[in-house]
Amino acid sequence: MLLTRVLQIALTLAILSFCAFALIALMPGDPIEVAIAGDPRLTAEDAARLRALHGLDRPFPERYLAWATGLLQGEFGYSRLFAQPVAALLGPALLSTVALAGSALTIALALGIALGALSASRPRTAPAVDAIAVMGQAMPTFWLGILLIIAFAVTLGWLPAGGVAEAGAGLHYLVLPVATLAIAHLAAYARHSAASLEATLTEPWIRTARARGAPERIVLWRHAFPNAALPVLQIAALDAGALAGGALVTETVFARPGMGKLLYDAVMGNDTNLALVALLLVALVTMLATLAADLAQRALDPRLRER
Amino acid sequence: MTRLRLGLAILLLLALAAAAAPFVAGALGHDPFAPDLLVRFEPPSAAHPLGTDDLGRDILTRLLYGARVSLAVGLAAALAATVIGTAAGVFAAWRGGAADALVMRLADFMLALPALPLLVLLAAADPSRIGLPARGEATGDVLRIVVILALFGWIGVARLARAAALTTLSRDHVRAARALGATEARVLCRHVLPALLPPVAVATALAVAGAILAESTLSFLGLGISPPAPSWGNMLANAQELVFSAPWAAVWPGLAIMVTVAGCTLVADGLRGRRRGG
Repeated sequence: MLLTRVLQIALTLAILSFCAFALIALMPGDPIEVAIAGDPRLTAEDAARLRALHGLDRPFPERYLAWATGLLQGEFGYSRLFAQPVAALLGPALLSTVALAGSALTIALALGIALGALSASRPRTAPAVDAIAVMGQAMPTFWLGILLIIAFAVTLGWLPAGGVAEAGAGLHYLVLPVATLAIAHLAAYARHSAASLEATLTEPWIRTARARGAPERIVLWRHAFPNAALPVLQIAALDAGALAGGALVTETVFARPGMGKLLYDAVMGNDTNLALVALLLVALVTMLATLAADLAQRALDPRLRER
Repeated sequence: MTRLRLGLAILLLLALAAAAAPFVAGALGHDPFAPDLLVRFEPPSAAHPLGTDDLGRDILTRLLYGARVSLAVGLAAALAATVIGTAAGVFAAWRGGAADALVMRLADFMLALPALPLLVLLAAADPSRIGLPARGEATGDVLRIVVILALFGWIGVARLARAAALTTLSRDHVRAARALGATEARVLCRHVLPALLPPVAVATALAVAGAILAESTLSFLGLGISPPAPSWGNMLANAQELVFSAPWAAVWPGLAIMVTVAGCTLVADGLRGRRRGG
């Protein structure tokens, strides 16, 4: 199973790299055109010489193969926008995004499950939790970010509106972005854990536990929750792609130099090489996260292992 | 059913508001596109019920004109996704075998990838290179975003349509129709398609919600509908630059997006007949 999944990921990346490379050919301006626009003294001969130097005059399949072989050998090329090797940009950006998305996911899961449990165990709170969940899912992430900036950075002045600390951990720079991303995702977890817990609480073994005199707290968290948690975990696994997208938007709103912002800046700045490598890396990490969540689910649920 | 009614009421109100945009603009005497630099950053007042932006344009009129763009893009993208998705799902279920595997592998491939980073890359591509209108032209922008969103939106519809079509195709009344000599086209149109209506309606409502959110995100990132044409997303992009001078400008477009998407979700929930989840 694991081997198949890894092969699937490799195949998906190969197809994606080809499609994206082909698409980049449609992006406005090839690097040489940009260079001409930046330096009017460049002549047509110079342009032709530069194209030949960078291999841009070669046919498309040949360029793709050369680029893909380079990637496989660990040559990520150079970023025109940041004037640095791409490999040097990826590490810090990936770390920043993992810190952001990881803390947001943890908080979203904890709060979402708590809200779901509240809704399932106290039916009077269900409409309120439901309304919060519907609104949370309908709220655009970037709007939430702007509102938090207006409230906590502009009006109250408690937290920075964006950016990262120049030195040190800079945890207070993380608060608003993590809150934004966590609130955007907890709604789905609240909805699903409420539905899943409600369904589980009607099972016969729950009635047995209650008949035995188990306190409601034990019934909810020890008997119902482990069973109800599996569908929520499945949603979390499917959510990896959405989290990557949410991180892109959040990083853009808060000017955090993570993978999403790197990809966005590369796309906006016509830095095709950086854009391609960043996209492939984001896709790889997303698929690995989905795989990890699937494996965790399999480890927790013996019924899945037998299939 | 109350959810369905509430959702439909919300969407109806929004449609009316979008339709009323020229009348409101006329009554207030504002042009949503023309800058008026003497009234920049006006807080809400009688003349400008929601205030003005950095170019002195009335936010209420822009919001209403933006509703036309955002709703049109959302509906068009969702309808395109529904048509493509239903066709692909029914085709996969009906042909089975290699065709089924091909369609479903394609869906799996696209589902495994992070959608928004791909959308960003797609939206930044230059359509004028293949003979389409360039980015930045109003009608070209709308069309471009609709196509890109439909490219991703069909998957959810296709999976639901395929599952429902498989169930229906194995039913006795379909076998009976075939035994009576009905052509395959008749079987698909008269027996399969009507049975698909309930799940596909739910998928379409969710697709509208997803398309409106995606359009606003792309426009916010500067890759969707370009100014001066107002869309809720690009109004928010503008509002983020004004958080210090006109913080009220950020409230309304986001609220409009949230209410619209919540309306679509409520309709989907109501159609599904479930209280929550799923």
